[in-house]
This record gives sequence, C-alpha cells and structure tokens, in this order.
Amino acid sequence: MSDALLEISHLKKYFPIHKGLLNRTVGHVKAVDDISITIRPGETFGLVGESGSGKSTVGRTAIRLIEKTSGEVKFKGINIYDLPPEELRKLRPSMQLIFQDPYSSLNPRIRVGDAIGEALLDHGLVPKAEIRDRVLEVLQSCGLSSYHIDRFPHEFSGGQRQRIGIARALVLNPDLIIADEPVSALDVSIQAQIINLFRKLQETRGLAYLFISHDLSVVEHLCTRIGVMYLGSMVETATRDELFKNPLHPYTKALLSAVPIPIPKLKRERIVLKGDIPSPSNPPSGCKFHTRCPFAVARCKEEVPEFRDAGGGHFVACHLV
Amino acid sequence: MKDLIKIDHLRTHFFSDKNVVKAVNDVSLRVREGETVCVVGESGCGKSVTAMSIMGLIEEPGGKVVGGSIEFDGRDLLKLSKNELRTIRGNDISMIFQEPMSSLNPVLKIGQQIMEPLIVHQKLSKKEARARAIELIEQVGISRAEQIADSYPHELSGGMLQRIMIAIAISCGPKLLIADEPTTALDVTIQAQILDMLREFKKKSNMSMMLITHDLGVVAEMADYVVVMYAGKVVEEGEVVKLFESPKHPYTQGLLKSKPIINQRQDELYSIPGQVPNPLDLTDSCYFHDRCAHCMDICRTKQPVLKGVADQQKAACWLYEEAVVHV
Repeated sequence: MSDALLEISHLKKYFPIHKGLLNRTVGHVKAVDDISITIRPGETFGLVGESGSGKSTVGRTAIRLIEKTSGEVKFKGINIYDLPPEELRKLRPSMQLIFQDPYSSLNPRIRVGDAIGEALLDHGLVPKAEIRDRVLEVLQSCGLSSYHIDRFPHEFSGGQRQRIGIARALVLNPDLIIADEPVSALDVSIQAQIINLFRKLQETRGLAYLFISHDLSVVEHLCTRIGVMYLGSMVETATRDELFKNPLHPYTKALLSAVPIPIPKLKRERIVLKGDIPSPSNPPSGCKFHTRCPFAVARCKEEVPEFRDAGGGHFVACHLV
Repeated sequence: MKDLIKIDHLRTHFFSDKNVVKAVNDVSLRVREGETVCVVGESGCGKSVTAMSIMGLIEEPGGKVVGGSIEFDGRDLLKLSKNELRTIRGNDISMIFQEPMSSLNPVLKIGQQIMEPLIVHQKLSKKEARARAIELIEQVGISRAEQIADSYPHELSGGMLQRIMIAIAISCGPKLLIADEPTTALDVTIQAQILDMLREFKKKSNMSMMLITHDLGVVAEMADYVVVMYAGKVVEEGEVVKLFESPKHPYTQGLLKSKPIINQRQDELYSIPGQVPNPLDLTDSCYFHDRCAHCMDICRTKQPVLKGVADQQKAACWLYEEAVVHV
C-alpha cells in the first residue's frame, strides 16, 4: 500500500523492569506487542482501550518520541526509525501530537502566542516577521480571538487551553496529528465544541488523525476506522459502522455495553467483565483476554488466537469467531 | 416516602483577599428514604461543595457555610457541635470521593483502614473489626480478602481501591451515601462493575444515595431524581425519565444534546457556545443568559427562581414565567 500516510507494522515496545543492586533486567512490560495500523491521508483512525492497554505508547512510538523494540513505522513511505536525527527533525512538522491534559502541557511562563509560534521559529519555516500573522490565523481557525495572543496559559479555561494545544500542532501544517485523549479532561459542553473543531479542521485541511481515546461514544463520532486494544495487542479492527453494528470480539462487546447511555428507560443486555486488566509484565497465556472473557473455552488458555480477516476487512483475534 | 435529608437555601461561600466566590448560592434539595438523587453539572458548578457542606468538610477561614439549613433525620447538621457531627458522619452519612488513589492513607494497610471506623463508631474490638473488615472486602467482590487486608494501597488497582472505599463507606450501615464522581477516574468496564455494586447495596439495605457526577449516562442508569446545577444554583430538577424526555431549562437541553451517544451518530454535535461564567463576575441575571439561544431582556437583568413547570419537574427559567410576553 503505497498510498498510506502512516504504516505501522508489527510494532513492539517492551519496557525493561530493573531490580536489585545490580539493576538487572528481570522482565519486560510488553506495552505494545505486535501492532499493525495503516492510516491513509485524510482518515481518522480511532484507537480504543482501557488504561494500561498500550494505546498511548503506540502513539508515541509511531512518531518516534520513544524508541521501538522491534517492528517498522513508515511515514509517507519513509522508515522513520532509519533516519538520522537531523533528517527526522525535518519530518517532525508534518506529524504532530496533542496531549490529554491541557493544564500541564503548556508552559505557564510563556505567552500563548510565543508557545504557538515557537515551533515555526525553531524549524525556520516562516520568516520572523510573518510569524505573528501565522499565529493569529491559526488561533482564529481554532476558535480563539486575536487578543488572546499575548496572554498567559493561566488566563484560559480548560477548553480554551485545549484549543491552544491544537493550534500549536496546526501551525506547522501537519499531515498527521496524533491526539492522545484530547477531550477526556473536558466538560461535556466543551467536549462537543472540541470534537466539532477536530472535524472541521479535518474537512478544511485534509488532516489525518490517530485518535486515541477510551471513550467509545467520542470515537464513534470522529473516526472512520477503529482499532480496539487489550494488553498491548490489537483484538479487533473494523470500519466504524461495522464495529458498532457488528462487534465480534467479546472484549469489544463488553466495552460497548459498558458505556452508560443517557436514556433512562433503555434496558440493555450488559456484559459485565470480571476483575481488572492483568499486568502487562506478566500477561495471561494464550488469548490475553481469557481471564476476563465470559465465553472462554479451554483452547483460549493455550493457543494465541490469530488476528485474521473475518470478512470485508473486519479483523479480529478470537478463537470463537 | 419520608425525607431523609433536606437542604434548604444553602449558601457556601469562599473568601479571598478582596473577593467572595459564591460556590453554592441558595441551593435547596432533598433526598428521600431509599432514593437515589443525582446532582449533575460541569466543573465549578458547586456540586462537590454542596456535598462537602453536608459533611461539614468546608474548612474555615477559606470557606464557610453562610446560610441555610441541612436537616438530616430531623436535626440541623449546621447547628451541631463537632462531636455530634462526627457521630453522624460515618454512622449515618458516609462519603466516597473521586480519587480512590489519593483518599486512602498510603502507609496504612487496607485492613486497618477499614477497621478504623468500625472501632471508632461501632465500638467493635480489634478482633471483631478485623473479621468484619474481611467480610466487607468479600462483600465488595474482591477475592483473597485476607491477603488484600494485609496489603498497602499502592499494591491495588484503581478499581479495587474504589471498592475498598465503598467497603469503608458502607461499613457502619449508613442511611445516606454521598458519592462524589465515584467512577470518573475508572475505566468503563470497571465503572460498570462499581455502578452495579452500588445499586445492589442500595437495594439490599434501603440506603439513600446522593450521586454527584458530570456524566449524563451514569445519571440515566442510576438516578430516581435529578438535580442540574449551574454556577452554584439549581437550574432544573425532576424525576429522571421526565427530565431526560423533556428537559425544560435550555442548559439541560444543551447538555443532553451535546453528549455523543453510541449508535446515534450526528455529523455535527450540538455544542453550547461560550463557557461557564467567572464566579466573580456574576450579576443579578440568569447566569446562563450569555450562552442561551432563547435569551430575552429580562434574563439579563433579573434572576429567575426555581418553580414547578410540569409534573414532578422544576426549572429556573424566564421562558416558563407566564407574566413574560414571549417575543
């Protein structure tokens, strides 16, 4: 697939666990364990999963903010892990990251305008004299006003700060934005504003998103394709409509049925999972989900299910499908 | 049903050098026996401060309950001495907080923390308390109770800690449980477990519950009665099905419309324009007027009062005032 913007194949990221006086490596946390994702230009890929499933680590290794353990990541056909640092730096403006917490991702002592313009200056993309104009333009497209440019982060509300975070990423004219839980810290009424902003920006600028979230209702509204992660592995990927209408993996079904729906009369069949997500340093054998799966059979304990096409590009890793 | 707790015209203010923040500004609500009341609103609307005021947890001199009454079982909690309040807290009213990780003592074993209220309030001996603690851990659905009782909070996951918090809260058989965003910090699958458990306890013990949340989905699942707060005031309240089916206040309508719902996709989500007003800049107006699509002249100059607008439903909005001529 040459038309892919981002192609992640068999990506693994293990974090070593050190212990003892000699700081020996006694094991690994398999945060990302053989993940493959393809994102085409202008597409939104949603990555869902519980905390500890490794979705943020995928986002970070995908743009080489942290080094991988094995696997390959191609951005516009270039293998970013083969690039020397200065070449990688040149590529950085076209892949940007937006963080979850708008309170801790802005420097409290730097004016908002400077925070947004900093990267332009640093990468030498725009002559110094034009920077202010570019910042103003991007502020406006993120729904902020021109008088905000000389203010400090503490003068803004959470929703406005997230807009600033988006503006910082946008000012570089990226092709890909990795958004790591960008609306989780916001109130409902503000969340809707930011979701709409994400969608509007995609329409006007043809952006591609890797949208990382634990909230399935948000993901459904934004994403064209969705991948569900559990303990570092992908358990299901499908187009949005397919995944919500016809979820195949028991974990996806459980996730969907666990989301509270604001209709009090609605009675639903709910799959309530037992227990917590196991530790990624010592994942269960076979299918990693078998310890919590209500449908598990003997085979699930022993054999790792293959991640295969169940028809029409709907991939799933489950023995029972 | 009898009223278990009745809050009348409660006002809790916070003071800084020059300013007064009216965090809770004339709030009245009640919880009846065996009922679950959900208080909904965005951050800063005063829902948590209302709960803290009930528990007597507002610390002076920073903040103070400056007016109103909180009647619990026929006694005004605001007029009780510290000792009297302490016997009610823990015995009759208990509270669960949002962050289970930071509400337990990190250097005390789980078992000790569950035993503490049993020894203080129920006057159990250490041995009895320990046995009861193990029983409680089992009741909240954790296996290996003995082992868990001897572990420290950092050894458990967020979901398990919240279960422990619930075990502590229900240990003395409270009549009222106040849960302040009990599942906000948890994953959806764990949230489902915790909500199921709370519902079950409530059914078994006929406990009343005041659940504070910003998640309308949780409200729909748990509530009998809903109170919507905005900028320190109650803007709407009503029976849950009625309120969700026909919300009256434009803020409630907006909240319900802006929440993305699974399997009901829209191309563009409705969003309430603007943001919550600065609590220092509040004037004598409807606090929602500058975000409201139906704003009229009177909304800018006079505050609407909460009054009945339909069967079992109240709203504070000039749209439902008969004297106002609709333009």
